[in-house]
Amino acid sequence: MAKVFIYPATSLILSDLVARFGHKPLGAALGIRERIQTAGVDSPPLQITPEEPKRGLKYAAVEVPSGVRGRMAIYGPLLDEAGAAIIVNDADLAFGCMGCARTDELLLFILRQSGIPILELDYPGNEEEGVQFVAAVRKFLDNLPGEVES
Amino acid sequence: MVEYTPDHVGTVTKYVFVESPSMTPGELALRAYEASEGVLIKETCFGLQVTGEPGAVDRLIEVIRSIDPDHIFIKDRGFPPGDSRRCRANLGGARPGYLGHEREFRLLRYISRGLEELERRGGEEPEPVHPAREKRTKLDIRRLQELIESEES
Repeated sequence: MAKVFIYPATSLILSDLVARFGHKPLGAALGIRERIQTAGVDSPPLQITPEEPKRGLKYAAVEVPSGVRGRMAIYGPLLDEAGAAIIVNDADLAFGCMGCARTDELLLFILRQSGIPILELDYPGNEEEGVQFVAAVRKFLDNLPGEVES
Repeated sequence: MVEYTPDHVGTVTKYVFVESPSMTPGELALRAYEASEGVLIKETCFGLQVTGEPGAVDRLIEVIRSIDPDHIFIKDRGFPPGDSRRCRANLGGARPGYLGHEREFRLLRYISRGLEELERRGGEEPEPVHPAREKRTKLDIRRLQELIESEES
């Protein structure tokens, strides 16, 4: 079972397909769940505390805005774990404020620099593209080296 | 600073989306209760939310998927159901994240079609490679220069 980072990190379709074909999807929910279930200082809504931008320094330089570093504190450990990634290009649901947009750019940059196997796709717009989308994802996941879940 | 004591520690929550011509969220909830093993199940307009111990949730998810494999989709959720920081009962309007789900929900029928088709082919035929969809060509720099000059003149 390989750990596969998905982008958009909240994608239902990618999360389902990765799990369906026997691998572990790494998405935003895992990082959020970890914070929501950890006791500490109350910092609603996502339990992002002043500690997160410090942790984000591992992934972004100090002059990068704290909003990006704070988000990278969630995504960074997932990137470290990932053995592969699936990216949907131009996903219209992957938008947000400037912090989200810049974090997304940094995520994609780090993924492409990391050297892990990456599958890049567009969302399907019709049934034929749906068949091709699922076939491409399955083929990619079938070719991933099996990793023992840690 | 206020101390934070989390609820539902050690549990996982998963969304279950139903996009099926033959199954409603209500029917799925009834089937899920039969195999729930104490897992908390909440019926929603799009499907279910299930919360519980990871092992029990995984077993329940396996059962749920088997009911209609090509039309039931599952993903992780960070928050437990009804959490006041996310529940629309407290916030008003759509729950944060719902609009993204709504956007992808419209594409699920294409994914279902893909799953059905691959099942039908049984891996015998070579799988098609997803072609790079025709990209919008970017504006050429020379063309941009021409446009600027034509505007200035």
